[in-house]
Amino acid sequence: MALYTTNEIRGGMKIIVDNDPCVILDNEFVKPGKGQAFNRIKYRNLKTGRVVERTYKSGESLQAADVVEVEAQFLYYDGTHSHFMVQDTFEQFVMSDIEVGDAKQWIKEQAICMLMLWNGTPLGVTPPNFVILKIVETDPGVRGDTSGGGGKPAKLETGAVVRVPLFVQEGELIKVDTRTGVYVARAKEE
Amino acid sequence: MLLERKKNKMIDWQPTASLDVLRQRAEILSRLRAFFASRDVMEVETPLLSHATVTDSHIMSIVAPFKELGCEKEIICYLQTSPEYAMKRLLAAGAGSIYQLTKAFRQGEVGRLHNPEFSMLEWYRPGFDHHALMDEMDELLQVVLQLSPATRMSATQVYQLYLKIDPHEASVDDLKTCAKLYIESLPDMADDKNNWLDLLFTHCIEPHLGSDAPFFLYDFPASQAALAKIRPENPPVASRFEMYFKGVELANGFHELQDAKEQRGRFEKDLAYRRNHHLPSVPMDERFLAGLQEGLPDCAGVAMGIDRLIMLVLNQNSISDVISFAFPLA
Repeated sequence: MALYTTNEIRGGMKIIVDNDPCVILDNEFVKPGKGQAFNRIKYRNLKTGRVVERTYKSGESLQAADVVEVEAQFLYYDGTHSHFMVQDTFEQFVMSDIEVGDAKQWIKEQAICMLMLWNGTPLGVTPPNFVILKIVETDPGVRGDTSGGGGKPAKLETGAVVRVPLFVQEGELIKVDTRTGVYVARAKEE
Repeated sequence: MLLERKKNKMIDWQPTASLDVLRQRAEILSRLRAFFASRDVMEVETPLLSHATVTDSHIMSIVAPFKELGCEKEIICYLQTSPEYAMKRLLAAGAGSIYQLTKAFRQGEVGRLHNPEFSMLEWYRPGFDHHALMDEMDELLQVVLQLSPATRMSATQVYQLYLKIDPHEASVDDLKTCAKLYIESLPDMADDKNNWLDLLFTHCIEPHLGSDAPFFLYDFPASQAALAKIRPENPPVASRFEMYFKGVELANGFHELQDAKEQRGRFEKDLAYRRNHHLPSVPMDERFLAGLQEGLPDCAGVAMGIDRLIMLVLNQNSISDVISFAFPLA
């Protein structure tokens, strides 16, 4: 198994801590002028999402995690699990609601997502940065209103709720930034 | 031509500090020199490249082999980690009060607050003890940088305040128990008391020190004496101090050890630590020891990290923001 020493650790690298895969967020070198050197390494556990900071003696080794990202299409939801397929290889992956997490509210069938795999097992899924989804429920807007002002909540076909301008109506398609959950514009069918 | 210009754009050649910061840096350096000139402290220069170097268990030197033209034999030299030994040789030769603004080099140290070569201000005052030198440093920071008057606490007080332990009396097991209480996960460390003190200090104390005004920490455990006199109290106490500002270590000073035999003993202890931990072995600085043997005047000395000081005073985030070309771009 590959090892990294503390000085090689950079943000974004994947390591294994206590048998769980983690992604490095930050690595700060700490050393008193005349004292022992440490690295304070901050990482997110990719299974639990928990952010942890841990101190290592400089020069200690950390175990590299075999984590890769692959592009996969969302096929369908069977009521308990989401099914994805890598289009080149037809390899399929099944993920529980917990593993899919917040991404679930943004993806509809055929969406192309990024799956994070650890030793071939999916850990998480990232939806496309922008998605076009239909509004299934929102209050009728007041006539004459322009895009300024407070807006109103709108429920989308995938279950997400976003704030939209008052002039946007039920049944319309809108473009949303999934990283922030913010409405971008009205959209036409692609 | 166009292609060349394109290629040039991809190479990061610009300074890591803004020119405005560099102008302010130059102004601070000239005010520092004026401060010492007004007090008749002589500016000196000592070698950066030397035949011997520090034995410190946690300070590693950058090795620079020298080869005389036409000669095959390499002479192992070291880039100096501080000008301390050479300046003490000047003191032993009767130089009186001296200061130096110079570069110091440390192997392996790079990060937000570390650059492998950095600027150091070091000065020595015959007739001063560590408290008198803290007074002068406090004045310097007020006069040159308009900082508020410093506060001062002993190591005993500081460890009591933040961790409820006595750094002089605590055993390695006491320190481990304390670390388990305050630090989420502990590194894999052997039973070295100083390393556990370093862990507790850097994680639980240092970030709190000097938030409004410079903070002096003085009278260290004897195990951390470095080159300070140890006072034969019960327990023995090292006449060493450090200065912190905004949670960052800026300076380290001593009421200087004068006893050459004791100094040699400390070097030997350092070298034994290095052997046990598979760290590079280095020659002891025999010329420094000979100077000490001849007689170092009773004096106090201190070294201050100038890049960090300027970084904090100018509200920058990293020392690379105040160094013209930080190491990755050097």
